[in-house]
Amino acid sequence: MTARGTISAEEAVSHIRSGDTVMVGGFGLVGAPLTLIEALVERSHADELTIVSNNIGEPGRGLGMLLRQGRIKRGISSYFTSNPEAVAAVNAGRIEATLVPQGTFAEAIRAAGAGIAGFFTPVGAGTLLAEGKEERLIGGVPHVLEEPIRGDVALVYAARADELGNLWYRRTARNFNPLMATAARLTIAEAGELVPTGELEPESIHTPHLYVDHLVLSR
Amino acid sequence: MSDVKTLIAARAALELRPGEIVNLGIGIPNLIPGLLGDDANVFLHTENGLLGVGPRPAEEELDPDLIDAAKRPVTALPGAAYFDSAQSFAMIRGGHIDVAVLGALQVSIDGDIANWAVPGSDVLGVGGAMDLVVGARRVIVTMTATSSAGEPKVVGECTYPLTARGAADVVVTELSVFRLRDGALVLTGLLGDATVDDVRAVTGARFDVDLEDLREA
Repeated sequence: MTARGTISAEEAVSHIRSGDTVMVGGFGLVGAPLTLIEALVERSHADELTIVSNNIGEPGRGLGMLLRQGRIKRGISSYFTSNPEAVAAVNAGRIEATLVPQGTFAEAIRAAGAGIAGFFTPVGAGTLLAEGKEERLIGGVPHVLEEPIRGDVALVYAARADELGNLWYRRTARNFNPLMATAARLTIAEAGELVPTGELEPESIHTPHLYVDHLVLSR
Repeated sequence: MSDVKTLIAARAALELRPGEIVNLGIGIPNLIPGLLGDDANVFLHTENGLLGVGPRPAEEELDPDLIDAAKRPVTALPGAAYFDSAQSFAMIRGGHIDVAVLGALQVSIDGDIANWAVPGSDVLGVGGAMDLVVGARRVIVTMTATSSAGEPKVVGECTYPLTARGAADVVVTELSVFRLRDGALVLTGLLGDATVDDVRAVTGARFDVDLEDLREA
């Protein structure tokens, strides 16, 4: 869809329902939509959430706050280890963990947004992370079938947005954000700065507005 | 201990050629930038989305939006490019990264690498390790010859969870350089005063010897 100006973070997170799969951008806290995460923590009661994010925040920060509230049922990540509390929660059976190689994680999200039903990758073949997945020899090399990862809601962060929801990411804060913006039923973008439509150079727009349903300004 | 790590990193740095695209893992590989000469002319890639990683920033240059994959602040050199994670890993899987240098817990004589988990502990963080060892054109493993418990890390077969099979091309320890050649592990270089017998004493597998590499001080 297309955004029409901004809404409040509280209204934005009201779209998240219990049991939803929520994609959250960021590499650690860099590029994470912290205003939206805070609103999800403080203004929403949705629980039993599946979180798709490279990390589950840090202890008590970012998604780490949601973890402490016990509202995460499952995490799909490449690196739970950066939050020891997430590791403890998995080991205590409080959350389920699906560990995915980082490149497969990114590509599976891209595939979901691009209408690709799956792909074969050599990454992970013959390892613990390929267990239970279809393996096929292609060109004599073992490959693993990976299925797309999609979300009900994506929460992404961009340094700059225009009023239609065109997004521009800054430096390494881009990471998974443009992928997740394409891969969920509803995409909510948090912007560090809002500029009038027409002000972003069309050639420098990273995420065209058709992927963005709602815009929220960072606090 | 840090001298040992510096020794390993310095020897691994000699494997890099001008113009190459290089991804450095955490630990010993991260010592390499400080050991490269001004004429090294390699381009550092970090999988969180930057080609052209520069040195650590001065305090006043710190930018919260500019980190490497180890989440440390970095700078971007002139000519640097930013990209999203799917493109970054397309570069990796697609064979566009010339060299990955990374640490390991074990490497087997077949080039199998185990570097992300130990049995019985949390198998909850893999990051980009599997993608890098599969996709980079050359994989250089930097590690001490033995674990902190004194166990050899070059082994007949990995007992730790695998990162990938047959992925290692070069293994640099504080004693030696091994190369995987036609599926065989070959000792090609010695570091410092190390002898072939010294290497045998800390290696858990048989290997061939062909000392073609210049002895590095």
